[in-house]
Amino acid sequence: MAERYVGARVPRSEDARLLTGRALFVDDVQLDGMLHVAFVRSEHAHGRLRGVDAAAARRHPGVVAVYTAADLGDYWKPGPLLVPPPPIPDLIFHACTQVPLARDKVRHVGEPVAMIVAESRYVAEDAAADVIVDIDPLPAVVDLEAAMAPGAPRVHEHLASNLAAHVVQRTGDYDAARAGAHLVVRRRFHYDRGLSAAIENRCVVAQWDPRAEELTVWDTTQAPIPIRNGLAAMLGLSESQVRVVAPFIGGGFGPKIMMYYPEEVLVPWAAIRLGRPVKWAEDRHENFFATTQERGQVHDAELAVAKDGRILGVRDVFLHDTGAYDPYGLTVPINSQCTLLGPYDVPAYDTEFTAVFTTKPIVTPVRGAGRQHGVFVMERLLDIAARDLGLDRLAIRRRNYLSRDRFPHDHHILFQDSGPLVYDSGDYAPALEQAAGLIGYDRFIREEQPRLRAAGRHVGIGIVSYIEGTGIGPYEGARVTIEPSGHVRVATGVGTQGQGHFTAFAQIVADVLGVAIERVHVVTGDTREFHWGTGTFASRGAVVAGTACHAAATKVRERIGEVASRLFGVSADQLEVADGRVRVRGTDRSIDLGALSAQSNPLRGAVRPGTEPGLEATAYYGPDRGSTASGVHALLLEVDPETAMVEILKYVVVHDCGRLINPMLVEGQVQGGVAHGIGNAFYEQLVWDANGQLQNASLMDYLLPTATEVPRVETAHRETASPLNPIGLKGVGEAGCIPTGAAFAQALEDALADYHIEITEIPLSPDRLFALLQRTTPERRNLVVVEGDFLFHLPRRTVWDALQDPALLVRALPGGMQLERSGESSYDGLMKVGVGPVTAAEFTVRVTILDQEPPVRFGMVVDGRSALGFTRGSAQVTLTEGPEGTTMRYRAELQIGGRIAGLGQRLLDTASRLITRQGLEVLHRELATRAGREGPA
Amino acid sequence: MKPAPFAYHRPETVDDGLALLAAHGAEAKPLAGGQSLIPAMNFRLARPAVLVDLNRIAALAYVREEADGTRIGAMTRQRTVERDPLVSRRAPLLAEALPHVAHAQIRNRGTLGGSVAHADPAGEIPAVLLALGASFVLRGPGGSRTVPAERFFTGLFETALAPGELLVEIVIPAMRARTGWAFVEVARRHGDYALAGVAATVTLDDAGRCREARIALLGVSAGPVLARRAARELAGELPSDKRLREAAGAASAKDIDPPGDIHASSAYRRQLVAVLTRRALATAFERGAASGAEPGP
Repeated sequence: MAERYVGARVPRSEDARLLTGRALFVDDVQLDGMLHVAFVRSEHAHGRLRGVDAAAARRHPGVVAVYTAADLGDYWKPGPLLVPPPPIPDLIFHACTQVPLARDKVRHVGEPVAMIVAESRYVAEDAAADVIVDIDPLPAVVDLEAAMAPGAPRVHEHLASNLAAHVVQRTGDYDAARAGAHLVVRRRFHYDRGLSAAIENRCVVAQWDPRAEELTVWDTTQAPIPIRNGLAAMLGLSESQVRVVAPFIGGGFGPKIMMYYPEEVLVPWAAIRLGRPVKWAEDRHENFFATTQERGQVHDAELAVAKDGRILGVRDVFLHDTGAYDPYGLTVPINSQCTLLGPYDVPAYDTEFTAVFTTKPIVTPVRGAGRQHGVFVMERLLDIAARDLGLDRLAIRRRNYLSRDRFPHDHHILFQDSGPLVYDSGDYAPALEQAAGLIGYDRFIREEQPRLRAAGRHVGIGIVSYIEGTGIGPYEGARVTIEPSGHVRVATGVGTQGQGHFTAFAQIVADVLGVAIERVHVVTGDTREFHWGTGTFASRGAVVAGTACHAAATKVRERIGEVASRLFGVSADQLEVADGRVRVRGTDRSIDLGALSAQSNPLRGAVRPGTEPGLEATAYYGPDRGSTASGVHALLLEVDPETAMVEILKYVVVHDCGRLINPMLVEGQVQGGVAHGIGNAFYEQLVWDANGQLQNASLMDYLLPTATEVPRVETAHRETASPLNPIGLKGVGEAGCIPTGAAFAQALEDALADYHIEITEIPLSPDRLFALLQRTTPERRNLVVVEGDFLFHLPRRTVWDALQDPALLVRALPGGMQLERSGESSYDGLMKVGVGPVTAAEFTVRVTILDQEPPVRFGMVVDGRSALGFTRGSAQVTLTEGPEGTTMRYRAELQIGGRIAGLGQRLLDTASRLITRQGLEVLHRELATRAGREGPA
Repeated sequence: MKPAPFAYHRPETVDDGLALLAAHGAEAKPLAGGQSLIPAMNFRLARPAVLVDLNRIAALAYVREEADGTRIGAMTRQRTVERDPLVSRRAPLLAEALPHVAHAQIRNRGTLGGSVAHADPAGEIPAVLLALGASFVLRGPGGSRTVPAERFFTGLFETALAPGELLVEIVIPAMRARTGWAFVEVARRHGDYALAGVAATVTLDDAGRCREARIALLGVSAGPVLARRAARELAGELPSDKRLREAAGAASAKDIDPPGDIHASSAYRRQLVAVLTRRALATAFERGAASGAEPGP
């Protein structure tokens, strides 16, 4: 094919529509009579769902329907297992998939409990507050090791423990490697990840057309075809009665895959049932709980090396947090397991993981999909080994790269696609040299760093390698049609989320057909246009769908040959196709492709038996296995050790995704990926407390890196073609974020060489870095703790008696309204608390007094609930009499849940201290006044 | 994230605004730039029954110079103040701090008075105005009163504003001769709530000794804190490195008992206050020494 477009920096054809606001997103879909949905979600991480009282919400004006699990009838069933585990011997896997609405039990904060359908989202949210959810809390399962301890509370009670999966893979003889090693480095690594944080949250609109008996669903899915097939099956419809449209989507990053999310399954069901279009748009707060995410792994890993730094073997045992359900199987931990090997020759590998159920939202792949965890472990082990052996960081990597002549390279373990982990091609060492050159490694180490250190500046360099398994099966398809107008229509089944599919696929097809790219019109993500395929994930869109486009265009090209050779009476090899025409070589006989298309679809006359009309072909491509992209990241950063703040000064990526379709699109993917990686390294972390409450459930406290934190990435390309497909493509979607944490950690250690810290965890934060520099253990803030002492200039008995008097206590409470004795030693009350922007929230409170020892000490348990969340906790109070009066020592530990837990962390400490202090001061004044009236004590 | 129902009024004069506040009492909440209140309403943390939108009161947006200093209308946008040449000359500390307030888009809507009345403990503007010795003109049904910053910020999001009163004007006194200033903060990302910050002014005598230092700390307490112990360490002193470190140490160890949260432990905040105070003072002394004997340019 004449390569005019493939490999060129072709501007994105979709950008005009996107940048002028003409692109359709799901939330742009407005339909007559459309209803809106809000979900009532669990405030508790774990608990028995004793009842859902929706009566008041159903009566709310403007509410059309309220559904709980009980209202779903037969439609209530757990979602499908999307990715069955690979056939690894002795593998254990327990499939526990998510349910549309919680029944019997809630297993993470934000799990949907009831669905409200109303005339507007405002009304739906108003009515959500009227639903009374009765949950009997159970202990949360948060920490991975604690979750696996004997007797731990179980997330799924039909299982014997919280073990979701256990997988062992081995190649070579690690024990022998270890025995023969010059050095074995062993460390524990923590690698945590967070949200996908797409700029567009999820959204679903469904419309049932009773005349056509057809359901149309607009869905922000990466996989419209599986969603269509699944919805048809669930709803008892033919697949042809369901059309799923995934229009423009503002970022996918993994979690928008075919999840059959509760909202995705319930909105179409409600639209059919109610006979009106229904929309649900996820808001940013919901996104923290309702959309899947990635989280942590804890690795105990060791590396055995020879004296010269040659890798003899690796052993890695890790725990993987899969969240409350595991519908996506083992993709993430198997990616970690397989990607750990990187571009290196590892003769012995012994790897074992345990996936653990926790009471946190579901974990499924997010850009990188577990690969960064593996890369971090391997790259850190190599850095530590290099240091211990006195080797340069580059030297140890050079020594261990698989050389160019070792491909295809079989690692003899299984990859996430169930096939063997075989690298198709690679050329790793030159990429390292190129990256080292671009970042100026040698000169920096030799000249600049000593000079900067002498000037008191802490600037460090990091350089790491990685590979990325991309472009896996099963397959994608495409249909290419030349229309009589000369326009070329390309339809494929994958969804698009900003990657540049419209441009990349058009480049491929335009080259094969010899037409101008402006003539090529690409349609993706509409099941009416193309209904075979899987979706966009695993950095496979360009590789798999792109190759299918190539195959379909090639068939059309052959068809052009057939029709034109008949027309001109010449053999096909005498024809050439260029500039939108087919021409008999060396003559002026030619025809426009549009005209040829018209001739191939005659209105009269005969189409020969056994042939097809039109210039159209459909083709599929299913790779035997994935292609392995690779690269090197290098960066320079500066740390201010006094403030623990870090600034990235320069970032270089040398990337090899085989043959490039469009370098500009690849650079965009890399830049975006690096931004994601920098977020993961230093800014983004989902902070869960011991009760499974997310402490940063807004973009105020969950810190996405912005343009001021992310440098402009300098990208260089290398092109080691894949032998697996005709163009030689490999994927690029995730590469940018995979090695960032490892590179960041190495550079940070280097910058702070005089502090001798070792970084074995990502993400970091300035707070964490400060603790590392101070050699202290950071405070884990699981609870709000209020403690202190307060001196009353009064006798102990007076203070004690006052504390037994509800009428007096009420005055010390913020907005205390009532407090009544409700039992032998319990009080019920109603309290209004308002801090700053928080309007006086009404809490119903029960206080139970325990362990009373008059007049010395007592304990109490507090349970408060409000529309904004709940608080539960305990307090101990001790009174000691001294010469100046009575000292009250108090310590309260409060668990905070619900919206205030996710949004109010910044103020909780100050607010709780303040409320306590003010309360005690009021109490003191009251007592002093009373004592004054009664005469001196 | 849709707000609970509320009634909405948009007065065009201060008197009408006050009348609406009086009519609706505790139910009503004045709306200035809306950059804090609206998100709180969308999260349903705030549920005022009545909003009194001050954005159409044109008479509250101005920056002007008067004998006693610079007067800024409460509804003047932060971005306007940031770019105002008079503010750069007369209150350079405020001009230096404003770019740290969130992002330009937010400052285009956010108002100086809104930030003062909201009194967020991590707010830059309250701390800066405290360091500058500003005072606030409050109007209520019974007339006007002026409250100095020291007495205005009373607690966590709490101020001296009485129910039914509106903040109408901010008065920043003219800077004395030989006065230097500095604003520094540490935030996770540019535009975030600062983990800690320092706004300082230092007035020197002819010999370069400290006559008065006003050091306001933000993000480390229930409101802006005037670091009095730190200031005392500097009185009559030359800015030696040792002296600045002692003052900074006093600020972090004695003037505050900082809270801890998911972004910064109490210990880390103390460290930041020590470092930032030292850096702010060094800059302020330098600028004070460089400035002439004449009060302000």
